[in-house]
Formats: sequence, C-alpha cells, structure tokens
Amino acid sequence: MLKSQSKPHSQEQKSHGSMYLAMQRFARNKSALAGLSLVLILVVLAVLAPWLSPYAYEKIDIINAFAKPSFAHPFGTDDLGRDILSRMMYGGRYSLSIGIFSVIISAAFGIFAGSVAGYFGGQIDNIIMRLIDILQSFPQILLAIVISAALGTGYDKCIIALGISGIPVFTRMMRANILTIRSMEYIEAATSINCRDSRIIMKHVIPNAFSPLIVQISLSLAYSVLSAASLSFIGLGVQPPNPEWGAMLSAGRNYITNYPHMVLFPGLYIMICVLAFNIIGDALRDALDPKLKR
Amino acid sequence: MVKENDFLSVRDLVVEYTSDGQIIHAVNKVSFDLERGKTLGLVGETGAGKTSIAKAILRILPDPPAKITGGKIFLNEQELLGLPEQDMRKLRGQEIAMIFQDPMTALNPVKRVIDQIAEGILVHKKVTKAAANEQAATMLKKVGIAAERATEYPHQFSGGMKQRVVIAMALACDPKLLLADEPTTALDVTIQAQVLDMISQLKEEFHTSMIMITHDLGIVADTCDDVAVIYAGEVIEIGKKESVFRNPSHPYTKGLFGALPDLSKNVKRLHPIEGAPADPTNLPDGCCFHPRCPHVTDECRQGSRELVSVNGNDHFVRCSQAAVREGASCLRW
Amino acid sequence: MSALVEVKKLKKYFDTPKGKLHAVDDVSFEIAKGQTMGIVGESGCGKSTLGRTIIHLLESTDGQIIFEGEDVTKVNARKLRELRENMQIVFQDPFSSLNPRMTVKEIIQEPLILTKRFKGSSLETESERLMDMVGIEKRLRSSYPHELDGGRRQRVGIGRALALNPKFIVCDEPVSALDVSIQAQILNLLMDLQDEIKLTYMFVTHDLSVVRHISDNICVMYLGQLVETSPSLELFEKPLHPYTKALLSAILSVDIDHKKERILLEGEIVSPINPRSGCRFAPRCPYVCDKCNEPQQLEEVQPNHFVSCCRVRKINDLS
Repeated sequence: MLKSQSKPHSQEQKSHGSMYLAMQRFARNKSALAGLSLVLILVVLAVLAPWLSPYAYEKIDIINAFAKPSFAHPFGTDDLGRDILSRMMYGGRYSLSIGIFSVIISAAFGIFAGSVAGYFGGQIDNIIMRLIDILQSFPQILLAIVISAALGTGYDKCIIALGISGIPVFTRMMRANILTIRSMEYIEAATSINCRDSRIIMKHVIPNAFSPLIVQISLSLAYSVLSAASLSFIGLGVQPPNPEWGAMLSAGRNYITNYPHMVLFPGLYIMICVLAFNIIGDALRDALDPKLKR
Repeated sequence: MVKENDFLSVRDLVVEYTSDGQIIHAVNKVSFDLERGKTLGLVGETGAGKTSIAKAILRILPDPPAKITGGKIFLNEQELLGLPEQDMRKLRGQEIAMIFQDPMTALNPVKRVIDQIAEGILVHKKVTKAAANEQAATMLKKVGIAAERATEYPHQFSGGMKQRVVIAMALACDPKLLLADEPTTALDVTIQAQVLDMISQLKEEFHTSMIMITHDLGIVADTCDDVAVIYAGEVIEIGKKESVFRNPSHPYTKGLFGALPDLSKNVKRLHPIEGAPADPTNLPDGCCFHPRCPHVTDECRQGSRELVSVNGNDHFVRCSQAAVREGASCLRW
Repeated sequence: MSALVEVKKLKKYFDTPKGKLHAVDDVSFEIAKGQTMGIVGESGCGKSTLGRTIIHLLESTDGQIIFEGEDVTKVNARKLRELRENMQIVFQDPFSSLNPRMTVKEIIQEPLILTKRFKGSSLETESERLMDMVGIEKRLRSSYPHELDGGRRQRVGIGRALALNPKFIVCDEPVSALDVSIQAQILNLLMDLQDEIKLTYMFVTHDLSVVRHISDNICVMYLGQLVETSPSLELFEKPLHPYTKALLSAILSVDIDHKKERILLEGEIVSPINPRSGCRFAPRCPYVCDKCNEPQQLEEVQPNHFVSCCRVRKINDLS
C-alpha cells in the first residue's frame, strides 16, 4: 500500500490564516523572489542615488558628450555630457515615486467608490458606475494625456493625471469583490447576530475583498511607471533637466542611429522595472489563488 | 469475481495528486471487474477517490497535478493506460462516455444543445452534418426533449433537462461503457426518479455497461448489479448488490448503512461513524479505516490486508477481522 | 402546548425584471414550543425564503409572523435586536457561512461581544462553554474555517447560532452539504441540543429521510404554496396530497427486498413568476381537474392533518 507517515492525532496543529499560507507560497516562487529583488535594487539605487551615483545628474560636460559606455561612464553620456548611469539612478526617484503615488490615489479613490457602489447598490451604485464608465471610455493613457495637457506639465500634475486615469480599474474590481462577498452566507449570518452595517463592512467585507486588490496594485504600479515614461516621452509629465526615464528616451531618440546607448539604457531600465512589477503581480495572483486552498 | 464475461478490468490502479509539495494518495491499488451489460456502483464519500477512478479510466485526469502511477485497465482485452493519446481519443465518446455531476457546467453555454450532441457524433462517425443533426435529434427525443427545444441553449433548460441533454450526449455514439459520476446529485428527488429511470431504459436498449459513482446507497439499490465500497482510495468491500446490502461486512459499510435515516425503520438516534474522513495526504498505517473503527485491534494498525471472501465468489471484504471470522480464501487477482 | 411561532398567510414576493416572483404564497402553520417543524420541498419551493422571512433576514410582503403570542411582522430596529436574540439560523453551506478570516473562537465570540454583556473572562468562559456544547475539540479553537472539514464547520455555525441563547432556530438544510456519516453526527447533535435546552426548530430540507427523523410535524411546499401539513409519521404512512405521494414514492430506499411503485411525474415545473391562480402543481398532477385552477383552501382533512387540494377526499377515498 502506498501510504505516507502517519501523524499522531493529538499533535498540536499550528494554525495559519490563508494570508500567511499565501505568503509562504509566494516565497517558494523563484521568479517572484527574483522580481522582488529587482524592485528592491531599483528602489535602493533610487533612494541612495545622491550617495551612490558617480556624478551629479545635472553635471554638464560638453567635452565628453555622446561618450560610449566606458569605465568612467558605464552607461555612456548624453548630448550634454551628463552621465547616464547617474541620471538613471536619480531617474528612479521620479519614475518609481510617480508610480507609487499615482497608484495610491487610484487605489484610495477606487476602493472607496467601489465599496460604496457595491455595498449599497441601487441608485448610488448606478451613479458611481456611470461616472466610472465615462472615465473609462477614454483609453487610460489618452486620459492621462488629456488631464496633463489641461493641468500643465510637471511632476505633481503627472501624478494627478495618472492617479485619476487609474481609478476605474480599482473601482470595478472592488465593486465586483463586494458583490461576491455580499452573497456569502457569512454576511447574512453577521446580520442575524445583530451586527451593524458599519461593523459588517469593516470586519467582514473589506478584509475579504482585499486580496485580489493586492495583485492589482502591483500590476498598476507597472502600468504607472510605463505611463509616466510615456507622458514624459511626449513632452508632458516630468520636464528636462529632470532625469525621468521617459524624458531621457525622448531626448535620445534623435541620436538613436549614432549613439544608441542613449536610448538603450533608459529603455532597458523601464523594461526591467515594469517586468519586475508584473512578475510580482502574477506571483501574488498565483499565491492568493483560492484553487490552491485545500 | 474474475469471469469470462468481463468487459472492463481494473487492476491495482494508483493515482496521486501533487499539490503544494504534498502527495495526495487519491487512489490506492484499486481493482475490480465489470461484466458486459451490468452496472457497478462505486460508493464512497467525498474525497474517497471515486471520481479519480472514473477519470483515470477515461484518462482525462489533469496532469499536473494528477498522475496515474500504477496499475492496468483492460477494456475488452485492450490495455488502456499504455495506449497512445490518439488511440485513446478514438475511444472517448465512442467506446467510453462519461456523465458528469454538474449539468450546469458540463454544457457549453454558447452552443445550441443539438450542436453539442452532433459534435460528438461528427467526431466519431463518418457522417454528414445533416445526418449527425438527425441522429442528435433522435437522441434528444429518446431522453424526452421535444424537437422544438433542440435548437435552444442550455440556459433555457431546467436542471433536470440539462442533465438529460448530458445523458443524450453521452449515449449519442452508443458507447459500450458509461461512467456516470453522481448524475443526479444536483437534481430534485422527483426529477432524479425520472432521470434514473431513463438511464435504466437506455442502458437496456443499448446493452451498455455502466459504472455508477454515488454516495447515495439508495441509488445503488435502485440501479446497480454490483457494488464496490471505496474508502480513502481503496476498495474495502466489493460484491453483488444483494450480498453486500443484506450482509454488509466491513465496519465502514456497516457504518454507512447505520448512519442512514431510513424511512423503513423507526430508529430515534442515528449511528454516525465517529471521527472525520481520512486525510489523503496523511493516511494512517495499516487499515485506512482503523482510527474510526469500533472493532479495531493491534493487527489492524499494521501491514496490509487482502480481500477476503464473505460469500463465495459474490462478496469480498478487506478487513482483518473478516479474515479471522471467515478463515477463508483470499482473493487473488 | 402553546405555539411559540405562528405564521399566518405569509407572503414573500420578489420584484424581478420579468415580473413578481411569488416565492412564498399564503403559508400558514404553527410550531409548538420544544417541537420541530420540518419544511420539505424541492428546489424553488420557497422553503429557504420562508425561513429567512420568519427571522427577518428578508422583509415579508404580507401576512403575519407571531412569536410568543406577539405580532412581530413589522418591528422597529430595537425590537428587531431583541427578536434576533430569540430567533437564530443555521445555514446550509458550511463553507460560505463562516468568515474565512476569523478563527473558530472569534466567530463564536462575535455574537457575545455584540450583546455587550460579555467581556474578558466572562467572554472566555461563555465561548468555551458553547464550543464544548457543540463538540469542537480544544486544539481546533484557534483554527480557521478552511482548516476544518464540513462537519466541524457546521458545528461552529451551530455554536454561533446558540451564542445568543435563542428559543427558536431555523435550520436551513444544515446537513445537505455534508457526507452521510457526518450528517448523522450533526443531526444527533441538533437533537441532543433540543432536548438539553428545549429549543424549537424549523428544519428546512429537501431530504425526506432526514426530515422524518428529526421532525414532529412536517409542511410540504411546492412552488411557494403549502400543500400539506401533518404530524411526521402520519405524513409518511398516509400522504394525502398528490404531490406528497409522488415525492415519497421517488425516495430511493436501501431496502432491496421491497421494491416500491414509483409515481413518475410528467411535465415541467411552472414558473413562479406571475403565476396563474390555483394550484401550481396542477400541470403535473395525475388527478387534475377544472376546479384546480381556482385558489385552493387549506383544509383540516383529518385531525391536525391539513391539505390544500380540491380533490383530496376523492383521491384518498375519504368521506
């Protein structure tokens, strides 16, 4: 007979919530850990840029303009002789922070709107979702461009534009979660034991609606970083001489044939950053997948 | 139990699932035979491994996480587990068909009902589309669905009707072996009666052999010729229905009968089986049922046991106590 | 014995895009203190809706609900809180009726905390007592629902229902989702609790063998209508309504020596949305006649045995 070792039945069972088990599963996923490490490296480089970067990002050195990658300048220099590696590290501060802050805005407003729409239903749900429909009828990046163009360029306007354009995704997701949870019997049970609405939302609905949102946050971070780069690329968003990665790409595209290193490295950075967030998002989704729960 | 007429023979089937680094022993050396034209009931509770057995016969276990790690299955002398996939595909639907438990999810919501049945016919028989549609319509009529409704979509049917469509699909190509996995669990009692009746009639007409998977002993009493009781992936009792029902020998089988609120008896207190069902990731040593058995002895906690005869060639049980009691012949496959 | 719970001509309708869904239509019965009323019927008959309406999880459309002699059909928020401490519910699905993020202890303690009468050590003691009462082992009390099997989860659900010390519990198919061997355990538990703390149950189920075991009286429902009410044993020995007869004949017995004659019903189930007046079972009834299209009356055909069928006396050769 094929049997495994039997466990004595009196053994104390260490209990773990499903979140803990999900985190365990995440930790076992090699690519997830790789993605996480990449993100951490980028964050560390960005945060410690003033101390780690070999040069100041705005230091102009015309004599050494367009230098190919070398020991002195590992990523080469741009059209004004500024060290690209240093600019990449500083650039992380812009790109990553725009990503994080815009997602915070999208998530905060989206989760709130979605919760209200989902929990109360009826007319409130209708009004909120029609507003979201309007917002969502624009492609996300186009919406960001329009808002940017209206508000003006700059770091903070960029965050607002991206933040607003990202609200619909979170609203729909939260609303869908809430609708699912509302039909669960434990919500009815809570009502039957005299639980007030507010307590039901705080203790029963929100904790259970949250896991899919964590995945979405990670994916939205990826999209935000990419969108920030896109906005800067077309001249909205972060302006020169600020070393945002998209702006650097934009500056370098005229020289792409002769000095490809000017677009190669910013491009690679953007790609790695977005890839890392996507990998983390996918791994989180796998880790939280209810099918894996016994 | 090994007879000339055996149409299906399963020998020492082993199925394992891997999940999260753990191995789930779903099916542990299961063996049984099925005669042509007869119905075998596979009885057991959730997680006992009955569906895994059926899916293993059809070779539709999802791999990963499931793997058939041992055993042989003979259909009409042909060994199935070693067959290449394209040969297996010829058998599915044509020689072996399966009725799944939930009619809600077994039907494609975006295809018309007649198309779903015709699809199977087209794959296996060399006929024109028109001929296939005709055969499908005839099949639907046989299961009691009027011609006008044949071109409707699944969501327009009730649960009982959906299950009848599923049965029509299964029988469309006149299979020799029908695997029915809890076909009436999702249905109301009165509809269940209709559906079981219909399955019987069709089985008679087409002389199909059937494996009826269920946890409901009442269904077994009504539809089956032979019974195999499955617990923790093992066959713990097997034999002709009459013998097993009149003389259940394994403590688990006795427990199942005792736990039933039976309409014919006026018992006040029910006799449940103590404890919880076996954990397939952590099966006990010795007899898989011993932690819950009221008659457990030291012998039960170690080693393995063979199937022992309780009633000639008609009824076998896997229990050390039975061996002691009957003193008798072990079953050697 | 006085009635603890009485329901008079209770109606619950839902508004759907296609029209009004008559989920519960004109249902009347009483449940005496300490007794169990079984409510049986197939899917769509309205039995779950009935249970939820009685304990005010749904608002009734018409009719009366009377508890301990008091009309509680429409109550204000404060009275509702009091009422909930008297009327509780055990749900069908042990998987979705427990919050996956709360431990067993937290689930049991929550209703106690909400009464504001238990804190600290009294909370501990009371929750331990409840968990003992429903048979949850000590080692599992800090576990999460997904770590328990169906039977144990259901015990937690029962423990939660008992926390507020109710007099009346609606059991909504509490064992339908459980394996047979576990069903028996939970049914025994429910019956023991009833004896111990004098509970009154309304036991909703589609499983006739289960309901006979646990009920004193049974109501048979079909598509929102009450077709027959009678003491348990009498219903099984002498069913009077054609639907009840068909239902009972459809039960598969494990007794292979005595094969029953099965009444097979023809036809399909009518829609409960905007139904016509009259008996809703008529389209499938083997005894249908013209009078069946008129609204049927619930008649006491035999002592304590009520039937809603214009042909009941003819069909059963009664005077």
